[in-house]
Amino acid sequence: MPQTSENHSQDNEIAARRAALATLARARRDELESMIERLSPLPAASELRPAEVGLVMLRGRTGGDGAPFNLGEATVSRAAIRLEGGATGFGYRLGRDVAAARRGAVIDALWQDPARREAVEAALAPVRARLVAEAGTVRAETAATKVDFFTLVRGED
Amino acid sequence: MYVAAKGGEKAIRNAHKLLAKRRRGNENLPSVTLEQIAAQLTLAVDRVMAEGSLYDTHLAALAIKQARGDLIEAIFLIRAFRTTLPRFGNSRPLDTGDMLVRRRVSATFKDLPGGQLLGPTFDYTHRLLDTSLAVPDEAGEVDDQAGAAAMRADEADPAEKMPRVTDLIGAEGLIEASPADDGEEPFDITRAPVSFPVDRATRLQTLARGDEGYLLALGYSTQRGYARSHPFVGEIRFGDVEVILDVPELGFPVSIGEVQLTECQMVNQFKGSAEQPPQFTRGYGLVFGQCERKAMSMALVERALRWAELGEEPGAPAQDEEFVLSHCDNVQATGFVEHLKLPHYVDFQAELDLVRRMRREASGRTPADEMKEAAE
Repeated sequence: MPQTSENHSQDNEIAARRAALATLARARRDELESMIERLSPLPAASELRPAEVGLVMLRGRTGGDGAPFNLGEATVSRAAIRLEGGATGFGYRLGRDVAAARRGAVIDALWQDPARREAVEAALAPVRARLVAEAGTVRAETAATKVDFFTLVRGED
Repeated sequence: MYVAAKGGEKAIRNAHKLLAKRRRGNENLPSVTLEQIAAQLTLAVDRVMAEGSLYDTHLAALAIKQARGDLIEAIFLIRAFRTTLPRFGNSRPLDTGDMLVRRRVSATFKDLPGGQLLGPTFDYTHRLLDTSLAVPDEAGEVDDQAGAAAMRADEADPAEKMPRVTDLIGAEGLIEASPADDGEEPFDITRAPVSFPVDRATRLQTLARGDEGYLLALGYSTQRGYARSHPFVGEIRFGDVEVILDVPELGFPVSIGEVQLTECQMVNQFKGSAEQPPQFTRGYGLVFGQCERKAMSMALVERALRWAELGEEPGAPAQDEEFVLSHCDNVQATGFVEHLKLPHYVDFQAELDLVRRMRREASGRTPADEMKEAAE
C-alpha cells in the first residue's frame, strides 16, 4: 500500500528518534554530562514519573530463530520528564544508573524540538563515533583469530 | 517439624563481624574493587549473571566480593536482589543472528561463511601455569603472547553478517526446523508454579539458570551412553546482542543496550519416519555471558529431554524431565542441603526417643528394667 508523504516523514522522524534513543542508552555518564553542558542553558525539567530501576525479562528463541522462551532478566533504568513549555522525554537503558536515564530523557525531549534537533544530533556524534570505533576494534581483534582448519589426507592402507 | 529457636543474637552479630573481617583479609593489601572484579574475573561474573538469572555486571561483581568468591552464595544474593525490583516488561526476542561476534566456531563445517573465529578462548592453550602472571603487569609467555595487546586484522568487514550454521544446513532440509513462533506467550517459571510435564520453552528457561556443574555432569552422561545422541557442535557463538524493548508510552520499540550471550547449536543424529526422510535433530543452549561449557551442556541436556517428541527410548537420568529440572537450580539445592546445619534440636530429640524405644523393644527390656539397672 503506498504511503502518504505525511506518513513517510512521520516514519522517518520515529526512526531518527529511535536512533537517538539507542545512542543515549549507550552513552556513558560523563558523555551525557558533557552533552547536557554543550546543550545548556536548558529549560527546567519536571518528572512525569520518578526515575527508577526495574527489570526486563530478556527472551531468546528456541534454536535461535524459533518460538520464544524466557532467558533471564536484566536491570533497566528509566526516566520520564517534561521540559517547561516543551516536549516529554523518555530514557531507558540497561543497568542501574537512573541519573544517566534521566539525562537521556532530557536530551530526548530536547531532540523533539525542531529548533534544537541539529544541536542534539551534533552532541550525539562523538558518542556514535566511539561506539563505531569500539565495535570496529572488536571486529578487527576477532578477525585476527580467524583460522583455516584443513583436514589432512588419511594414509592409504 | 520446624520450631523457632531463640537466643544467640550476640554470637550471630559477632560471627557476622568476623565474617566481614575475614572477607577483607590482610588489611595491608588494597581492597579489591568491583571494577577489577568485573574487568578481570569476567567469567566468574558471567556465571553469577547466568545462574543468578540477572544481567548486571556490577551487581554480579558486588555479589562475588560480598560472597568472598563463593559463586553459589553470590548467585543466591543476586536471586534475592531481583525479587526487590518491579518488572517493566519483556524484551523482543534477542536476535543471535545479528550478534557482534567475538567468537564463533563450528565443529561440523570448516569453511563456513564468516569463518571460524577463535576469539578469547582457552582452547589450544597449553594448560601450563603461567608464572609471569604472578608478577604484576608482566606479559604472559606460556602461550606465545607478545604482550597483552591483541592483534588486529585489517580486513574485518563491518557489514558482514554471520549466518547460523543451522540456517545453512536447514536450507537443504537436512536438519529439523526450530519450533515455529505461534505468537503465544512463553511460560515464565518466575511467575507461575511449574507442573510436569513442561514445554520446551519452560525447559530452556530452567536450564538457562541451572547449575553449570550439574548440567555438565548430565551432558557428559549422555556422551558416555546414557541417552546417547551422537552430538556435534554445529556452532558456538559468543558476542554482543542488542536488547530491544517495546515502550508503551512511546508506541515504538527502543534499543536499550547490549548483552553478551553464548549460544550453542548442537546437531544430533537423525530421525526419520514413513512421511519424513531422515534429518539431523537439534539441542539448543543459550546463556548470559561467555559460558561456553554451560551452553554446550545445556544443549546436550535439552536434546536428551526431547526423547518423547523424537520417539526415542527413555530410561537415562538426563531424559528424566522431572528429575533434571527439579534439581538443576543451585539456589534451591543449596537452600535445602544447607538448611540441615540449622538447629534441628527438637526434631532430633524426637528421633533419639524413637531409636531408644526401638532398641528397648528389640532387646525385650522395659523402661522399668532400665530404671532399676540405673539405680543399681
